[in-house]
Amino acid sequence: MELILDILTSICFFIGSLSIIIGACGLIKLPDVFSRIHAAGMIDTGGTAFFILGMIFQTGWSLITVKLILIGVFIFFTSPVTSHVTANLARQKNILPVGKKIGKIL
Amino acid sequence: MFLAGLIACAITGILILVRIVLGKTTFDRILAINSLGTVIVIGISIHGFYSNRPEFLDIAIVYALINFIGTVAVLKLFSTGSLGGDK
Amino acid sequence: MKSFILFFILFSLWLLMSGHYNVLIVSLGIISCAFCVYVAKRGKLIDDEGLPIFFMPRLLNYLIWLFKEILKSNLSTAKVIINGKVEPETFTVKTSQVTDVAKVTYANSITLTPGTVTTKIQKGVFEVHALNSDFGNDVRTNEMDKKVTWLEGKK
Repeated sequence: MELILDILTSICFFIGSLSIIIGACGLIKLPDVFSRIHAAGMIDTGGTAFFILGMIFQTGWSLITVKLILIGVFIFFTSPVTSHVTANLARQKNILPVGKKIGKIL
Repeated sequence: MFLAGLIACAITGILILVRIVLGKTTFDRILAINSLGTVIVIGISIHGFYSNRPEFLDIAIVYALINFIGTVAVLKLFSTGSLGGDK
Repeated sequence: MKSFILFFILFSLWLLMSGHYNVLIVSLGIISCAFCVYVAKRGKLIDDEGLPIFFMPRLLNYLIWLFKEILKSNLSTAKVIINGKVEPETFTVKTSQVTDVAKVTYANSITLTPGTVTTKIQKGVFEVHALNSDFGNDVRTNEMDKKVTWLEGKK
């Protein structure tokens, strides 16, 4: 039983590590602010979710699990807010995204 | 296993620091700092498990709160020139 | 009525976070939660926006669907970053929700799935930035819009 849980945790950590490292590479590689927001969103959702899932496999059911889930829920609710505020402010300062525009832009 | 997670977090942190140094506009830097905060929250939690002291999770919760409030406050200061209150 | 629900949520959060169950600590918790509810009531924060109860019955179903979407778009975003084929595009979509809370939920869901970000909001129209035309088509088919309208349950 212990061994199965350890293997599950390892798999989750592996996927999470891959996710955050690819996200950081995208943060360096992509061309402008609006594209980099997608890479940051990958770190915030994929990486955090898998790391927290892996840690939940290690604790079992206790108060620590509740705290882990709270961290996950908190990042889940605040990550879109910061992304949207950053994008909106960049648009207010007249930075236009690269690439094509379809239809009328606000 | 936990050590591997910590090393992944460290590599990610260094990559994000490269973006903070390179970043052209202010928004790039603010975005990268927010991501760095998220990675640090994960790192604090994993370090708590690595050293068998899960009390570190409380610190991780507080760090997540401060990260969010700090990012929004810096963006508000950047957009309006003040943090509200009397002019 | 809503004050009692808020008090219940706050107090269960206190019990879960503290982990100490003395008489002193629990009574301190009751006092501080009651004070928080009093402040929120005095500031008129307890309404449909502050405590959206009408979401609750269908919320679990929606969250499971949203997690599935997030997983799928995480995979696609990773592929795009590794391949390096980035063709960003910007467009506008109309929304069909009634209340402000549902509009916020829809905008947050768009932003939360990697690959699409809401950049500007005006009355009933969102401006969305997508990393690729596939992500753009996902938003333009209005599947998520229908889901959130169903979650709102006002129509």
